[in-house]
Amino acid sequence: MIRLDQVSRRFAAVEAVKGLSLEVKQGEIFGLVGPDGAGKTTTLRMLCGLLDPTSGRVEVAGLDVGRNIDAVKDQIGYMAQKFGLYGDLTVEENLWFYSDLFGIDRAERDRMMTEYLDMTRMTPFRQRQAAKLSGGMKQKLALMCTLLHRPRVLFLDEPTNGVDPLSRRDFWEILYRLAKEGMTILVSTAYLDEAERCDRVGLMHKGRLIRCDTPAALKQALAPRCFRAKAADQRAARALLLKDSRVLGAEPAGAALHVYLREGARPEELPVELEPQAPALEDVFIAVIRQEESHAA
Amino acid sequence: MWERILQIVRKEFRQTLREPRLRTMLIMPPLIQTIIFGFAVNLDVEHVKLGWMDLDRGVESVELRRHFQGSPTFTITHEAGSEAEAQALLDRGDVQAIVRIAPGFSRDIGSGKQAQAQVLLDGTNSNTAAIMGNYATAVIATRNRELLGERQREKLVDRTAAGPILLKIPGVEPERRVWFNPDLKSRNYFVPGIIVNIITLVTLMLTALSIVREKEIGTMEQIMVTPIRPMELILGKTIPFAIMGMFDLLLITGVALAVFHVPLRGSFALLVFAGALFLLSTLGAGLFMSTISETQQQAMMASFFFFQPTFMLSGFSFPIANMPTLVQWVTYLNPLRYFMDIVRGVFLKGVGIEVLWPQLLALAVMGTIILLSSALRFHKRLD
Repeated sequence: MIRLDQVSRRFAAVEAVKGLSLEVKQGEIFGLVGPDGAGKTTTLRMLCGLLDPTSGRVEVAGLDVGRNIDAVKDQIGYMAQKFGLYGDLTVEENLWFYSDLFGIDRAERDRMMTEYLDMTRMTPFRQRQAAKLSGGMKQKLALMCTLLHRPRVLFLDEPTNGVDPLSRRDFWEILYRLAKEGMTILVSTAYLDEAERCDRVGLMHKGRLIRCDTPAALKQALAPRCFRAKAADQRAARALLLKDSRVLGAEPAGAALHVYLREGARPEELPVELEPQAPALEDVFIAVIRQEESHAA
Repeated sequence: MWERILQIVRKEFRQTLREPRLRTMLIMPPLIQTIIFGFAVNLDVEHVKLGWMDLDRGVESVELRRHFQGSPTFTITHEAGSEAEAQALLDRGDVQAIVRIAPGFSRDIGSGKQAQAQVLLDGTNSNTAAIMGNYATAVIATRNRELLGERQREKLVDRTAAGPILLKIPGVEPERRVWFNPDLKSRNYFVPGIIVNIITLVTLMLTALSIVREKEIGTMEQIMVTPIRPMELILGKTIPFAIMGMFDLLLITGVALAVFHVPLRGSFALLVFAGALFLLSTLGAGLFMSTISETQQQAMMASFFFFQPTFMLSGFSFPIANMPTLVQWVTYLNPLRYFMDIVRGVFLKGVGIEVLWPQLLALAVMGTIILLSSALRFHKRLD
């Protein structure tokens, strides 16, 4: 449904995305994860045809985005990081406006609106001005606006940024439902708990896709090298571990200290006593980035 | 396509009319400016406060004073006994001018010699000072002619024994007759000019602001992933403000006619037509401002940078004919100048297309160029 082939994008001196190749199947929820400035937004904007790649090929719903932008627009929904709602228009008026831009006829529009408002439990707020909605409701309204024309592919750029956990769960419920109906969803996020909810996750770092797999597989790969330090003085232990060349990283995780070892290193040889730890996606993320950085250095 | 444009137009109206700030901007500036220029701004020189400093105190000085008192322009409000007092009156602004009559004024006139009356003017406002000077000279000249006449008659009387004969003194008296604005009311001159001012301001600002606001809140990017074409967006973003600009034109014309009784001698339809041509330029400029601004503040600043000089060089308050030649050439590139000509021509002179066609043509050509090039630039920026 989505295919990126050796895609790069350069802004003046900065190469925001470098040789990115990626494929997402229909009905999949794909998470693009990475720190700020990793190139997630640039990738999404290229997928929506808002930005042309400097080189490479972008394909969405079987269409070359560069050549068939108008046809692609009918197939996709895009919810930008800072989704623009007209704060001075009501929920209803915002929906009307976007549905008119997509040229949806009245009967169809009203049917969709009823369905979506019901699905998002926003029906009581139809007449409220968008500026007066809570953060979570704003996101839901934005999502509805992008869904009105029944896109086959949905792009979401950090959709739940600054939204409370409960609304976030709500929001994901909706995404699951859409994916089950066959919609392909590509979502970028900086929240790793959100990445856990995706079918597959791509880790981006400095414009490159450095890992791409299911959350389980990613964790699996790190499991043999992920440990927890057993030490009374964690700070001293961390300092000691970080000096060791066999250690990739040692990061405080709550009250514990998580330690990631290099390939082939044996935990019993290290100066601090370690015990196995089941990695979370966060551990994978940090370990992979540390590894990248040590390669670069 | 027209359906989508219509939707944007409808949305712009909804937003502009719902937002109190924008709604105010549509109604208040035209009314306030019309009222200010209609009532308060008055370059006509009337009721000049005059100080009188008579060091002669003879028959002739009293006679001259009577003439000044009889003039509608001057009101003698203060007497000055000394130079210091006269100085103080001018310094404090108690009077705008002082007539100073030297000792021996009556005696000199009596003996047929040249006598002098001095007029001291407060030159802070050079324009007003010049006008006051002219009026004062006119009063003195009137008295002068009377004196000459008396003298002539006296001479004739001396010569004839059969009693005085009446003789008309030959002399050429220029008679001033002002066309188009016979009462020389500055109100008639300024109030129609406000149409130019307001249309420029409102359409330029609202267009630039409404587009930049979409960039600011992020809706622009969102709109661009819908099937809308840039040209449709441009039309949807300019048509509402064209309509609002026309509304302001009607509003100001209405107030000018109803409240200030400014004459509308020409065709109203021509005024509206010229307004429409003029809008091409201002909407184009607004569109351009939106391409160089990222925030509403920047758009506001950019609009003012455009508005101030073009307005100064429009001939609204400073006659273009008085500008240095180089600057006069520059004004040929200023759409406001042509529209100002047309507005005043239609209101005060009552002229039509047969006279104003060069200005109309200039507006059409410039407007098309400005709007098209801005639209192209806007189009490019979106990609």
